[in-house]
Amino acid sequence: MDIEQWLYSLPPRLRSFFHPHQVDQEMKEELREHLEQQIRENIAKGMSPEEARRSAVRTMGGIPQIEQQCRDARGGSVLDDFTQDLRYGLRQLLRSPGFFAVAILCLTLGIGANAAVFSWVEGILFRPYPAVAHQERLFALAGTARGETGAGGLSWPDFQDLRRNCSLCEEAFVSKITGSTLSVGDHAETVRGSIVSANYFAAIGVRPILGRGFEPGEDVGSDSHPVVVISYQLWRDRYKGDPEIVGRMQRFDNVPHTIIGVTPEGFYGTFVGWGMQFWVPASMEETFESGGYKLEDRDARWIEAYVRLKPGVRQSQAQQEISAIAARLETSYPATNRGRSIGIWPLWQTPFNHARTMLPTLEVMVAVVAFVLLIACANVGNLLLVRSFARRHEMSVRLAIGASRVRLVKQLLTEGLILSALGTAGGLLVAYWCRHALVLLLPTRSGVAMYLPGQMDARVMAMSAIVCLLVTLIVGIIPAFRTRHLDLAGPLKADSTGVVGARGRAWMRSGLVVFQVGLSFILLVGAALLLESLEKIRSTSPGFITTSVVTTGVSLVAAGYDVPRAKIFQDELIDRLSALPGVESAAFACVTPLGYATYSSTPIVVDGYQPSLEEQPSVEYNQVGPGYFATLGIPLFSGREFVRTDDENAPLVAIVNRTMATRYWAGEDPVGRRLQVKGRWTRVVGVVADSKYESMREIPRPFFYVPLRQDFERGPALNIRTRQSLSSMRAALVREVRALDANLALYEMITLQEQVNRSTSPQLVAVTLVSILGGLALLLAGVGLYGVMSYAVAQSTRELGLRMALGAGAANLLRLVISRGLRLTAGGVLFGTVAALAVTRLLGQLLYNVSPHDPVVFGLALAVMTTTAIFACLLPAWRASRTDPARVLRD
Amino acid sequence: MSKPSDLVQGTLDMLILKILALEPLNGWAISQRLKQMSSEVLGVSDGSLYPALHKLEHRGWIRAHWKPSENNRRAKFYSLTRLGRKQLEKETANWNRVSAAISGIVQLKEA
Repeated sequence: MDIEQWLYSLPPRLRSFFHPHQVDQEMKEELREHLEQQIRENIAKGMSPEEARRSAVRTMGGIPQIEQQCRDARGGSVLDDFTQDLRYGLRQLLRSPGFFAVAILCLTLGIGANAAVFSWVEGILFRPYPAVAHQERLFALAGTARGETGAGGLSWPDFQDLRRNCSLCEEAFVSKITGSTLSVGDHAETVRGSIVSANYFAAIGVRPILGRGFEPGEDVGSDSHPVVVISYQLWRDRYKGDPEIVGRMQRFDNVPHTIIGVTPEGFYGTFVGWGMQFWVPASMEETFESGGYKLEDRDARWIEAYVRLKPGVRQSQAQQEISAIAARLETSYPATNRGRSIGIWPLWQTPFNHARTMLPTLEVMVAVVAFVLLIACANVGNLLLVRSFARRHEMSVRLAIGASRVRLVKQLLTEGLILSALGTAGGLLVAYWCRHALVLLLPTRSGVAMYLPGQMDARVMAMSAIVCLLVTLIVGIIPAFRTRHLDLAGPLKADSTGVVGARGRAWMRSGLVVFQVGLSFILLVGAALLLESLEKIRSTSPGFITTSVVTTGVSLVAAGYDVPRAKIFQDELIDRLSALPGVESAAFACVTPLGYATYSSTPIVVDGYQPSLEEQPSVEYNQVGPGYFATLGIPLFSGREFVRTDDENAPLVAIVNRTMATRYWAGEDPVGRRLQVKGRWTRVVGVVADSKYESMREIPRPFFYVPLRQDFERGPALNIRTRQSLSSMRAALVREVRALDANLALYEMITLQEQVNRSTSPQLVAVTLVSILGGLALLLAGVGLYGVMSYAVAQSTRELGLRMALGAGAANLLRLVISRGLRLTAGGVLFGTVAALAVTRLLGQLLYNVSPHDPVVFGLALAVMTTTAIFACLLPAWRASRTDPARVLRD
Repeated sequence: MSKPSDLVQGTLDMLILKILALEPLNGWAISQRLKQMSSEVLGVSDGSLYPALHKLEHRGWIRAHWKPSENNRRAKFYSLTRLGRKQLEKETANWNRVSAAISGIVQLKEA
C-alpha cells in the first residue's frame, strides 16, 4: 500500500470507525433503494406487486448476505488495525515478561530523567514564578558598567526615569530580595521578603485574596508607609489563617507594620531560589536595607527589577531603547552615571538570583539526560533486535500468508509505542517525585529552606510526549529495519550458527553497543571532570583560614537596638569572647566572605591615579571590626590592622588588598596615601593579601576594607577563631550573649569551611547528578554488552563446541569471548574519546582548574569502562567455556 | 498491490471504474448500465455489485455522496477520484495487453 493510496482511503476508513452505525444504516438504505427500484421496474413490466417483490429479492440474492459482504469489503478501519496490533503486541510482550520489565525500566529511567530535568528547567528557568502573568514577556533589569562583565543593581531614580521613558515596556517593577526577623508570639524566625515598587502586584497580575496590594505613592518617602503584604503560607502557618488579619500590626525588624493583604496560595514572589513570605513598599527600604535613605540617591545601586515588554517587542529592540535611555542619563548625571548602562536579560539568565547559579548545571543536565535516554533507547533497541531475530519465523510466516511489509512495520512500531508509552508514564511519575529533588541537594542557608520547584505543566507533558514518539520511532524502527532482510525462504536457509566475532549480521547490534559504550564513556569523563573540579575548588585556599573559624550573627536589629546601644553590645561581646579559653580572636564584619549577602560598592578617587575618560573606578568593600584579619588569618603585607581606636571620632582609614594596591598605586606601597570613598577622603593604613570574596572561582580583584565603626551596621556577622569544637563554641557563645541580653537570638553557627562548601553547591549538585546518571549509563551499557555477548555465545554453540572438540581449552574460549567484548568496548571508548574531547568543553563554567581534556580523567574513565566491560562479559564467557562439545556435535 | 487480482474480480472493478469515469451514478443506475453495456452477457449479479462498490470506496478509488435521484428519492451517488482514474488507466492498459496476447493466441490458425 503506498502513501497516496493510504491517504485516499483514510476518510472512509475513519468514517467507518467513528460512525459505524451511520455507515451501516446508509448501506441498508442503499440496498433497500435498489430493491424498491427493482420492484417498481417489475411492476412496470406487468407483474403483480407481490410477484414483483419476490422476483426482485430473487434477482438480488439474500440481502443479509450482501450486507455482510459489504461490511467485509470495507475491511477493518484504521483504528481496528491499531487496536488489533495493540492487543497482539501486548500479548507478544507479555510472553517475555523479563524482557518487558527490563525494557520498561530502561525507558522509565531514561524518560523520567528527561522529564525531571525538563520540569526543573521549566520551573527554574522559563516559568519560575507561579501565578505571575505573561512570564514569556518578562525580562530582568540590571545595571551594567563599561569595562565590567557581570551586572549590578540599579538606583531608584534611574529606575523611575527608565519606567517613565520606556515606550516598549508594558510594565517595569522593582523586586529586591531582603530578609527580616519575624516574631509571632514567642517564636522568632528569619523570613525572606521583597522590597517592591508600589505597582508590583498590579504589574504581575496577582490580586491579594484578603485586603489589598500597594497603592500608588506608597513607595515614596522615607520609612513613611509601614505596610506589608504577607504570603498565603505565612498567613496560614503563623497566623492560623486568621480571617481578620488585615489591619493587624506585626513587627518586621522591630518596626511595626500594618498587614494590608494576603497573597493567593501558590504565589511565591519573583525570586528564583526562595519563596517570598512578605512584601514591603520601597519607601520602607531603610528598615530592611543598609546604607540609609536611598530613594533619591542616583549613586546607590541597590534594586533588582523586571520589565514586561509589550506584546511582539523583541529583546534587542527593547535593549536598544533602554540603552538609549541610559545614555541620556549618563549625559544628564555624569557624576553618578559615567560609564554606566542598563541591560535586560531573559528570565533564565537573570543576573541577580539563583537562575544564574543553576543555569550552567541545568544546561549540562539537559545534555546528560539526553545521553542517558539515547543509551536507554539503544539498550531497548538491542533487546528488540534479539527478539526480532527470534521472531524471524513468525514474521516470515506472516509475510507468506499475505501481510504487507507496511503492516509488519506498523506492528513493530505499535510494540515500540507500547514500550515507550509505559516508559513515559513511568517516567512522568519519576519526574513528579523528583520535581522538588533539586532543593534536597542544596544545603539550606540561614535556616531558610530554598525553593527551587520543578513545574509539571503542559510544556513538560508535551516535551515528554515528543520524547515518547521519538523513542517509539527509534526502538520500533531498529527491528523494523531488519524486516527488509526478511525473505520468505529465510527460515528455510541454513540455521543460524553464528561465529563469535563474525561481522555482517551482528553489525547493528554491535554498533548499538559501541554507541552505548561511547556515550557512557562521555558521561564518565564528565562526571570525573566535575568531581576533580569540586575537589580542587574545595581544596583551594580561599585566602583565609576555614577550619578553625566559625561564623554566626546576633540579631540586634530585631531586638530593637539603636546604633549606640549596638556599638556598646558589640564591644562587650568581643571582650567577653576574647577572654574565653580556646578563643584566639573574634571580630565582627558586615559581610562574611562567600555568603549570600552582597558587598557594597563605591566609586573611588585615588590620589595620583588618573582614570581614563570612560572609566569610573568603583570598588567593592567590607566593613570589618578590629582584629578581623587576624581572626580570618588573612596575611597583612604592610601597615597595620584596624584597632579599637579607629572609631567614628578618629580619622577615616582603609585597608586595601594587594590587587587594588597594584592597580591603583602601580606597585608602590599605598600605606599613608589617600583614597576617596563615598565622597570622603580616607587614609590607607594597610595592605592585605587577596582572598576569595563572593565565589571560589573568581579571579583576584580590587577590594578594600573600612572600620565597622566608621560605617556602622547593626546586623553584622560575627567571626570567631577558636580551638573549641563547633558545638561547645556555640554553647559558650549563647552563654555570653545571654549574659549580656537574655532576649537576643543567635543565627546558625557554621565553620567557614562549611561556608565555602555551601558556596560551591551548584558544583556539588552537578557532580551528584552527573555521577548518578553516569552510573546509570554505565549500568545500561554493561547490560547492553552483556546482552550482546550472551546472545553471540548462545548463537554460536556449534562453533564453540567444534573448537573445543579440536582441542581448544576452556581458557581459550574464555579469552575468545572476553576479547570480543573488549574489542566492542575499545570501539566504544574510541568513539567516546573523540566525542568527549569535543563536548567536555561544554562543562566549561562548572570546571575549575581542570582541563576538559585532562588525561588522568580520561585514563580513569577508561579503567572504569574496561572493568565494567570485563564484568559484563564474564558470565557469557564462562558459559562459552562450559560448552559440551559432545552434546553440541550430536545435536 | 503486487498481487495480481483475480480476473473476474479485477474485471468487475475495471468495468465499474469505467462506467463511473463517464458520469457519477447511483448503485441502481450502475447495475442497469452494466447490463446494457455488456449486452447482458456478463450477467453481474446485484449481489456482487455492492460489495465491489464498497471495496472501491474504501480503497479511495471512488467517492460516495448522497443526493436526490431522478425520482426525487435520496440515493447514494458514486464518482471517480483522481486515484481511481489512475487505477482505471493502469487496469485498462493491463487489460489491453492481456487481451491482445490472449486473442493473439486464440486466433492462431492451426497449421
